[in-house]
Amino acid sequence: MENEFVTLTIDGQEVKAKKGITILEAAKQVGIDIPTLCFLKGINEVGDCRMCIVEVEGRRGFATSCIQTVEEGMVVHTHTPNVLEARHVILDLIISNHSKDCLTCTRSGNCELQKLATKFNVLNVEFEGERTQHKIDELSPSIVRDFNKCILCRRCIAACKNVQKIGAIDCINRGFESCISTVGDHSLNDVNCTFCGQCIQSCPTGALHEKETIDDVWIKLKDPESYVIVQTAPAVRAALGEEFQMEIGTNVTGKMVTALKRLGFDKVFDTNTGADFTITEEANEFIERFSKGGTLPMITSCSPGWVKYIEMNYPELIPHLSTCKSPHEMFGAILKSYYAEKEGIDPRKIYVVSVMPCIAKKFERQREEMKNSGIYNVDNVITTRELARMIKQANIEFTKLEDTNFDSPMGEATGAGAIFGTTGGVMEAALRTAQDTLTGKDLEKIDFEQVRGGEGIKKATVNIAGNEIKVVAASGLANAQKIMEEIKSGKADYQFVEIMACPGGCVMGGGQPIRSSKERAEKDIRKLRADCLYSIDEKSTIRKSHENPIIKKIYKDYLEKPGSHKAHELLHTEYEKREKYNI
Amino acid sequence: MKTLQEIEEIRKTKRKELDLRINTSSDTREKHILICHGTGCTSSKSPEILKRFREIIKEKNIENVRVIQTGCFGLCAKGPIVIIRPEDTFYANCKVEDCEEIIEKHIQKGEIVERLLCKDIDGKKVQKLDELSFYKKQKRIALKNCGVINPEEIDEYIAFDGYKALEKVLTQMSPEDVIDVITKSGLRGRGGAGFPTGKKWELTKESKGDQKYVVCNADEGDPGAFMDRSILEGDPHSVLEAMAIAAYTIGATKGFIYVRAEYPIAVHRFQVAIDQAREYGILGKNIFGTNFDFDVDIRLGAGAFVCGEETALLESIEGKRGQPRVKPPYPAQCGLWGKPTLINNVETYANIAQIILKGAEWYSSIGTEKSKGTKVFALGGNVNNIGLVEVPMGTTLREIVYDIGGGIPNGREFKAAQTGGPSGGCIPKEHLDTPIDYESLKQIGSMMGSGGLIVMDDTKCMVCLAKFYLEFTVSESCGKCTPCRIGTKRMLEILTKLCEGEGTELDIYKLEKLAANIQKASICGLGQSAPNPVISTLKYFREEFREHAIQKECRALECKAMSNITINEELCKGCGLCQRNCPVSAIEGESREKRVINQEKCIKCGTCLTSCPFKAIGN
Amino acid sequence: MENIKCNCEGTYKEILEKYEKDKSNLIKILNDIQEKSGYIPQKAQKEISEYLGMPMAEIYGVITFYSRFTLKPKGKYHIAVCLGTACYVKGSQKILDRLKERLKIEEGETTPDGKFSIEATRCVGACGLAPVFTVNNEVHGKATVKMLDEIIDELESK
Repeated sequence: MENEFVTLTIDGQEVKAKKGITILEAAKQVGIDIPTLCFLKGINEVGDCRMCIVEVEGRRGFATSCIQTVEEGMVVHTHTPNVLEARHVILDLIISNHSKDCLTCTRSGNCELQKLATKFNVLNVEFEGERTQHKIDELSPSIVRDFNKCILCRRCIAACKNVQKIGAIDCINRGFESCISTVGDHSLNDVNCTFCGQCIQSCPTGALHEKETIDDVWIKLKDPESYVIVQTAPAVRAALGEEFQMEIGTNVTGKMVTALKRLGFDKVFDTNTGADFTITEEANEFIERFSKGGTLPMITSCSPGWVKYIEMNYPELIPHLSTCKSPHEMFGAILKSYYAEKEGIDPRKIYVVSVMPCIAKKFERQREEMKNSGIYNVDNVITTRELARMIKQANIEFTKLEDTNFDSPMGEATGAGAIFGTTGGVMEAALRTAQDTLTGKDLEKIDFEQVRGGEGIKKATVNIAGNEIKVVAASGLANAQKIMEEIKSGKADYQFVEIMACPGGCVMGGGQPIRSSKERAEKDIRKLRADCLYSIDEKSTIRKSHENPIIKKIYKDYLEKPGSHKAHELLHTEYEKREKYNI
Repeated sequence: MKTLQEIEEIRKTKRKELDLRINTSSDTREKHILICHGTGCTSSKSPEILKRFREIIKEKNIENVRVIQTGCFGLCAKGPIVIIRPEDTFYANCKVEDCEEIIEKHIQKGEIVERLLCKDIDGKKVQKLDELSFYKKQKRIALKNCGVINPEEIDEYIAFDGYKALEKVLTQMSPEDVIDVITKSGLRGRGGAGFPTGKKWELTKESKGDQKYVVCNADEGDPGAFMDRSILEGDPHSVLEAMAIAAYTIGATKGFIYVRAEYPIAVHRFQVAIDQAREYGILGKNIFGTNFDFDVDIRLGAGAFVCGEETALLESIEGKRGQPRVKPPYPAQCGLWGKPTLINNVETYANIAQIILKGAEWYSSIGTEKSKGTKVFALGGNVNNIGLVEVPMGTTLREIVYDIGGGIPNGREFKAAQTGGPSGGCIPKEHLDTPIDYESLKQIGSMMGSGGLIVMDDTKCMVCLAKFYLEFTVSESCGKCTPCRIGTKRMLEILTKLCEGEGTELDIYKLEKLAANIQKASICGLGQSAPNPVISTLKYFREEFREHAIQKECRALECKAMSNITINEELCKGCGLCQRNCPVSAIEGESREKRVINQEKCIKCGTCLTSCPFKAIGN
Repeated sequence: MENIKCNCEGTYKEILEKYEKDKSNLIKILNDIQEKSGYIPQKAQKEISEYLGMPMAEIYGVITFYSRFTLKPKGKYHIAVCLGTACYVKGSQKILDRLKERLKIEEGETTPDGKFSIEATRCVGACGLAPVFTVNNEVHGKATVKMLDEIIDELESK
């Protein structure tokens, strides 16, 4: 198919490039790395920052290489004196309006602007002048916005408005006064933000970051009165290694557990066990609804960004939500009841820290509904990134650590719990349990390939005990919106829906290691991380949640059975209509 | 709904009735009192004058006199303007109190009211409009109907061959024929860049799309330019007709006109025109009985200069922030809602119908080799005849400033003329004889722009002028791309430093470096041309920049930080005019004595400078 | 001269329902509301957001982009000084400077007593009368600092 390609010259090299690709991509093929800042593949391709300008022979002015597609016979120069001078000036201008306190910036070392400044050896700023001043918004439990570090690349807007279809932030004012803000410059806490954190993942600088709470953890770890338990979500182990320069998708479960023990946690447990509880309860809830004519389709409720989204945008559909708490909350509730009783510890002294790939969990943790007997199920949520920082601060050489296992008795989890961290995983885990429950057998067909993969919406029909069950797994809130509209208009013919707020699920959560625009363009990060979880599942001896011996034991000793009164009290919750704007 | 025959009928009868408007020897017994209702005259109360005339006529029971509101006559400085036809008597600076006298003397007795006649440059009073030197060198094509017809009466437009071109196009010409005529006429975009109009139409016609759009850019943002507004106010149907012709040619059925909300009169008149055209079936389905459908909607701008940039304008029509898109793709391929879209400016459209009716040869016989036809300029600043002028391309700047504009007031010297507004540049004295066309202006570092032409005398500081334009660009930059958002701000900061006497030579170097790179690297026309006022002033008035930077001097005395205004003892005659005009009572001295300025009180507003009849005030 | 018709009690339903629920009508709606209320109240922004189904931040972004839209009510006397080039060349900057000095507010601001607000505007189209300023849309042409002072004196005493 010769005509699908064009031949062009970039910096003297002949490039055979597929039609429709950009100069930027074609250059990459021959090892030419044109600098970019506002570019985020598939998400923000607008050419605003002007870093990627190149010269194209015969054309007046520069071409924008991140959006200009290749043409037959094009002759491109990426580093003429003209281009270099302009690029220097542009970079200089950006830095002239950027807060330069790199030493005290959370993104130092992983900042795309800083990298460019190094590359261009910016030693002094030629065009210093007035800087725009913004107050820092740190009122929300999840996100801190420091727009003194913003470079107006608008990647966050693209993520929020186009990918997630939320639009909590947008560009306001114009010209030099332009900035990214909310309506009326209110805190994110008071507007329609779901705290999914995709904006943080998109930000090239430190203008957006999680609200860090590791200081509280350090204090509790040093407090002899506190019994500090840490639990780690499934997706964390698939990404934590990246913070230590390990390959994307490396399973670091063992090293992570060792590191956590070294940090001084009294117990290191696995949120996957919590996930097994969730599955057991959720499968039970589904069967109840399915067989007794409850509200269908039933929608999963383990993604707190998603829960906040439905509460704000589709309160009338709340009855569709499963009443199950999310895994770490369930687990926290069990730890502060069953486990506390069993170990003879005052639950008020137990301090549960959840390590999550998610920043919405920080918000979820402090919801009033997430309390039992007046105490929070979980006391602190830190992200994958924050955990990495703790490990570094504790002088631990992560890559050299031996593997160890989670503490017993709560540490042993199933493969079903592991795949919770990727889109379609909750659905698959639930189907495994549901099919055994409905048939009363221990079935061997447990892989549900239809709900795996990176598509935003995956629909499948499964046959369980003679029942045709239609299921959907959607990730990303734009896709969630589509499903909600289907349900609202009565077009939905499915019974069970899994929704994850982040595109790709928890592995791509707002609390995960931040990868640069360049890496995101070159690698399928979602797939690499998800594959890690699927391989954990595959290697697990037990792959069905309800078969987890700990779960079985706790139901037997304490909760009686799934859906029991006690289970409801501890493991279920309720939701409320939430105003989008509290302004 | 009107059939073609009915429209032809209107044309004939109405034309007869209105012949006196353009024909002085018209044998009618009627008289028409035409009163300018352009924005300039309206703001100096021309509607009240119209009302008063009608009252008097009613009171006195006078027959055969009609009082008509028209569009702009052009000579705004002399407004409100009243013209009486068929004799073509031109009364300037009329007031409500003058109406009675005009009626009694002129209408009833046939005598001219001498005191209201306009003085020409030579000081002689002139009776007729075309005798004024202001009008002599003009050639009115785009402004043909402005000041002649009542813009709110479609019949008056039809009377002067209105909608005849559309009829011709729909019934006798193929889209290819139309493109051929427009291409051969040599018409180029009047919005500033001068892209060949025929080519643009052809490109849009050839783009594939299930839906196409025609857009009229009436977002005249250049401060000091008001040609488009005058056309919309004075002859809205000419634009509407051209949009319909364009739609037929490229295959569009829907049009939008994007007008600044700051132009309420233009918006109103255009809406009236749309309503009347719909009523006559000139807009809507099956126009003139053919299978061509077309309709137009008005979209209002809301105060953003950048929306004059075509892609920003499209964004704004779509209801978004007016942020330009990176080109290519061009609107001809991917415009409104991603569909092929033709965008032309008001003045470009205003030429179309006449080109169709009179032919490409007629049009291309006017102007220069590469710039055909005429161009409308809004002449303003330090010039005697402020107003709207339409001249053939190739007319020199000197002719416009001196012959038409009547030269510089107060005996001052010409220093520079600025064309192209914030995107253009300054033209110094030595280039006064440059013929005005797209290429020549570009060659001397300015541009045609949309048609603002501002004349400056020697009291203008060129560094301040550059700063003025940068202030404009900075406040109008959309903020999308880095060079324009931050770069223009930095340029302004440097210019401010220079004006405050805190600049250095290094700053001039920095200015040039920024200017060159902003020009090259910005996304849209606004950013790319934002440095032009600086580049051109640096080119011709570099010495002034150096004086600001090194000697800390401002020869025009405009930069307050560097200039103390003083009164020259030898020249002062003690008349006291300056003292009376000073707003802060900073000028001291008794009745016939020479005056002195108290520097502590002086706010350097410059009022005294212009009020001194003996040029005794300076630094 | 009264130009503030603050309609805090009523809703904007009447304006909204004139238009189809199409995002491209946003600027038209905002123009109507600006006209009706003299500014765009937050309440109106919320109603538009619900009506057009678009996020408030986006609407806010549009409002703050276009200088015609304001978020605060204007003063009882809204004075706009034309900074179009024709007026500028004839000294309108000095008029604006004096105005700011007299009222002790900047462009786009309203005096604490709500009596005056200032705007620097671009070409009101009365270039023949340059320099020009307007008080609540009434044009004052061939303006001088002295004339401005007199007008403000008069308005202040009202």
